[in-house]
Amino acid sequence: MRQDKLVLIAGSAGSLQVILAVLTAMGREFPIPVLVVLHRNNVFESSLEELMSIRTNLVIKEVEEKERVLPGVVYLCPADYHVLVEKDFTFSLDYSERVNYSRPSIDVTMCSAADVYGAGLIALLLSGGNADGSDGLIYVQSKGGLTVVQSPETAEVPYMPQQAILRMTVDLVVPTEELPGLMKGFGRPAPPSAGDSASDRFTDS
Amino acid sequence: MEINPIQYEDLELLLNDLNTRYGYDFTEYSKASLLRRVQRLFTLDKFPSFAEFRYRLQHDSPYFRRFVEEITVNVTEMLRDPGFYKTLRTTILPILATYPFIRIWHAGCSTGEEVYSMAILLKEAGLLHKALLYGTDINPQVIEKARKGIFPVTQMQKYSENYIQSGGVQDFSIYYTANYHLAKFDSSLTGKMIFSTHNLVSDFSFNEFQLILCRNVLIYFERELQAKVFNLFDYSLENFGYLALGSKESLRFSPIADRYRQVGREKIWRKVYEAG
Repeated sequence: MRQDKLVLIAGSAGSLQVILAVLTAMGREFPIPVLVVLHRNNVFESSLEELMSIRTNLVIKEVEEKERVLPGVVYLCPADYHVLVEKDFTFSLDYSERVNYSRPSIDVTMCSAADVYGAGLIALLLSGGNADGSDGLIYVQSKGGLTVVQSPETAEVPYMPQQAILRMTVDLVVPTEELPGLMKGFGRPAPPSAGDSASDRFTDS
Repeated sequence: MEINPIQYEDLELLLNDLNTRYGYDFTEYSKASLLRRVQRLFTLDKFPSFAEFRYRLQHDSPYFRRFVEEITVNVTEMLRDPGFYKTLRTTILPILATYPFIRIWHAGCSTGEEVYSMAILLKEAGLLHKALLYGTDINPQVIEKARKGIFPVTQMQKYSENYIQSGGVQDFSIYYTANYHLAKFDSSLTGKMIFSTHNLVSDFSFNEFQLILCRNVLIYFERELQAKVFNLFDYSLENFGYLALGSKESLRFSPIADRYRQVGREKIWRKVYEAG
């Protein structure tokens, strides 16, 4: 059975440079759609998409509601909306209450994506000064997805990855400099006799 | 966060029940957002099982009212997206000013903050005396709040900033009276408003308008339902009238797109039927 996949990269304060490095490494040929949830100040609304496109030389586009999730595109959550994924693999937007003082909230997107992608979801949580993302990662793992966290000692702001590590057994805790290589590896075809569990399948690369 | 107690299949059962029992049709709402809201309510009200939640909803109509109140999103603010309101001031209101009488519909107005924002703009343009603002929402509780025009005073600083950015030149506090933690808006504004419940899914057009605002409502609907609602708006809008949507919503994929032209860069479209 074909497993739909999504790579979800989430971060807050101190995560932008890491996100740019990871995206650049993944490159244009990366076969899995990528969704970036970044806590952002809506004053800089439009410039972020542009800045990221220039810096990574990738197709980076802000999520539009009811838009189909496609590989080859890096989707960026718009400022001031939660992003959810529907069962038919389209995005929907939500302007409900902030979660963890955040909109977009990482927890909201992670839970919604885990419901749809299950074991096909790879979720990466990066630097930040907020507890957003921990509940989301716990849920992703419960649905069979792979959870990856930037190692707090190498993160610019360690609090967010630290919270996740305190609350759960994260599948992979990875230093900043190894993240680009690791994430790029998820784009390679899986070995023919890959094991059953999500971590077996992914840590191989 | 609890491991989700309600799955997509459960949600489908529930929505069919509610449609049959109460005639409220949520089956064409965007499911991911709806599921989240329903899960939230389930957890909030501490139901031991989905079966009990379902039973309660079928047999306890006051509880169904609570369901409607809680699963609809009621987050709103005054003069949100000041650039949008600036465009209303500079581009749209001068044209509406040429009409002898102005009718405006805020569809899905929630607690009414946008209706009050519009009333302030109309007042400053000298048009409020010949305008009528209709605010509707599916949720009777928020409509009740909207009628009162009382908002938390803690919001006023933010609203005042929005107001200045939207091109306002007065002191924003002239529009309300602060009393402890509440700000009551001026009755000269409220006097021009009519609030009523209206369900965009099942209720019909009730008037003809020169301006319809429906911001951050359609994001909760699936495409087919969006199309129906666009047709309802089209039917309710005079030729050369305006339709305003939320900052991430668009008329682009709708069945009425070819009859509308976007006004500048804001999410405002003008109805332009070709003669014939």
